[in-house]
Amino acid sequence: MNVSRPAAYTPRHAEKGARGTMRARAVGLRAAQIAAAVFLLGISLVFLAPIVLTITNSFMSQSEIASNYGKIFTSVTTAGTYVSSKVNLKLIPDLVSFTQYSTVLLRSPEYLFKFWNSVILVVPIVVFQTLVALVASYGFARFETKFRSAVFFAYIILMLMPYQVTLVPNFLVSDFLGLLDTRWAIILPGVFSPFAVFILTKFMRRIPSAMIEAAKLDGAGEWQIFTKICAPMSKSIVASVAILVYIDYWNMVEQPLVLLRGDAQSLHPLSVFLSQINAGDAGLAFAVATIYMVIPLLLFLYCEDYLVEGVSYSGGLKG
Amino acid sequence: MVSKSNPTPARRRRRNRAEVKERRLTRLFLLPSLLGVAVFFVAPFGVVFYYSLIDNPISGEFAGLDNFALLLRNVAFRQAARNTAVFSGIAVPLAVVIPLLFAILLMQKLPMRSFFRTVLISPLMVPIASIVLIWEVLFHNNGVVNEWITALGGTAVDWFKSDYSQITIVLLYLWKNIGYNMILFMSALAEIPQDVLEAAQLDGAGAMRTFFRIRLPYLSSTVLFVTILSVINSFKVFREVYLLTGDYPYNALYMLQHFMNNTFRSLDYQKLSCAAILMGAVMIVIIGVLFFIDRRLGRDIEE
Repeated sequence: MNVSRPAAYTPRHAEKGARGTMRARAVGLRAAQIAAAVFLLGISLVFLAPIVLTITNSFMSQSEIASNYGKIFTSVTTAGTYVSSKVNLKLIPDLVSFTQYSTVLLRSPEYLFKFWNSVILVVPIVVFQTLVALVASYGFARFETKFRSAVFFAYIILMLMPYQVTLVPNFLVSDFLGLLDTRWAIILPGVFSPFAVFILTKFMRRIPSAMIEAAKLDGAGEWQIFTKICAPMSKSIVASVAILVYIDYWNMVEQPLVLLRGDAQSLHPLSVFLSQINAGDAGLAFAVATIYMVIPLLLFLYCEDYLVEGVSYSGGLKG
Repeated sequence: MVSKSNPTPARRRRRNRAEVKERRLTRLFLLPSLLGVAVFFVAPFGVVFYYSLIDNPISGEFAGLDNFALLLRNVAFRQAARNTAVFSGIAVPLAVVIPLLFAILLMQKLPMRSFFRTVLISPLMVPIASIVLIWEVLFHNNGVVNEWITALGGTAVDWFKSDYSQITIVLLYLWKNIGYNMILFMSALAEIPQDVLEAAQLDGAGAMRTFFRIRLPYLSSTVLFVTILSVINSFKVFREVYLLTGDYPYNALYMLQHFMNNTFRSLDYQKLSCAAILMGAVMIVIIGVLFFIDRRLGRDIEE
């Protein structure tokens, strides 16, 4: 394609009245931009609604929930509460009440237990998946031998497999090692999941080899090159990866359902347990749901750019 | 590498030896990850293959493809496979096209652009479990949507227990996944060389023409990746269904993972293994086909 063209080149017919059409075009463009912005504003409200409604509803008392949502959460335990026959979706509570929160935080330890279950499953996975992957990504990126490319390709295939495929081997190996119905059955496969390796390797490959060669000339060994140059350079992408791994596992459902059975269901994280809260406790459920999602949302407000960078790096399979 | 002058043979040998040593050292970096993947994924997958081909774990008699035939005749499996396929068929194209549109809009100079981006990405952070309550309020038989419909003179629909049930899940899936795909498209759009676009404009190509002739070909590998990702995520939609409707949902919502979970409960290893292998194979075929298409399309730009 011929890109370079003399700057002075303008087709003759474009000269005449070019200014007029340009202005008309600018006005049209402006109108189109405003129309697009209005459209996106509408979409944004729809996207925000579920989040905002969950948060505001968590400040309603149980009786207000019952009277607003009528027959949806029918098995209302509080006798004598008015149950309306109609639904009344309210953004703002009649009376802001913190009773749900005080019940959750002070009087119902079971929710705090489930919350703790989530934390104790997710934190080790995030920390160690990122660490293992950081080390491995250096190995993959430093020398790209045939063997390593093949292994990396296998990692990609593994990464692309849905749970229906990976949970069966996970289950079998947990059973074999006696880890079934313990937290390790979820944590260990999580730690070695190839997702973080994939993104970090793509980042490491872009580190200029001149930097590594220079360090080598200065007498640095492989471990030093890794700890002094490559790992520090990867700081921000490591943060991105950690966030992505965190939101993935904070939302986990499949693994606990399959790997923590019977009595071990008491180890289920909040992401599974939330759906099992009795309908009569809908008000409480809103508060628990809010607590559970506020943490990643706050993280998001602080780290949106990291998240976006991480997602961008995950794009494309070729590296 | 360092210098391009011809080294003496002795020197070359020394350098090669040094490089081989380095390469060996860097193998150690791979070790933890390789061991973990081998133990938790690869080795047990060998067992999965074994189980899929034997009669039962006690006798261990070779059964050929009988297990697969049995699985394919299984009513529950067929239902689950059909439902998942229908869901993916509806949800995946939407999850590719809508984010692409949003990304293109957000690449323009718009007021409140970064606000829109933040809002559209935010569902990515929200655990599905936190949002199912609102979904219930909306789509419950006595819920908000039905109230609106009846107020407008329509007939109410039991959203979770009718053939419309997949719609509610598609909406939830899109709400959750649009942001991720949009980021991928935005970063791909930002990487299109500006001079090519300008040249096209100078040549008098309209917005439509530049989109289909220039942007789309440049985006083809991103479209491929987003499609693969959306297919995988559509396989994960069990999560949404389970949190909304539990282990035994309405027939149209019975997904492959429901089938897997129930099979896990009965510890039928043959069935589980066959299902896992079959689904892995389907995934690989889908990815392979998409790659093939991408290569075909990608050839155009490189020329």
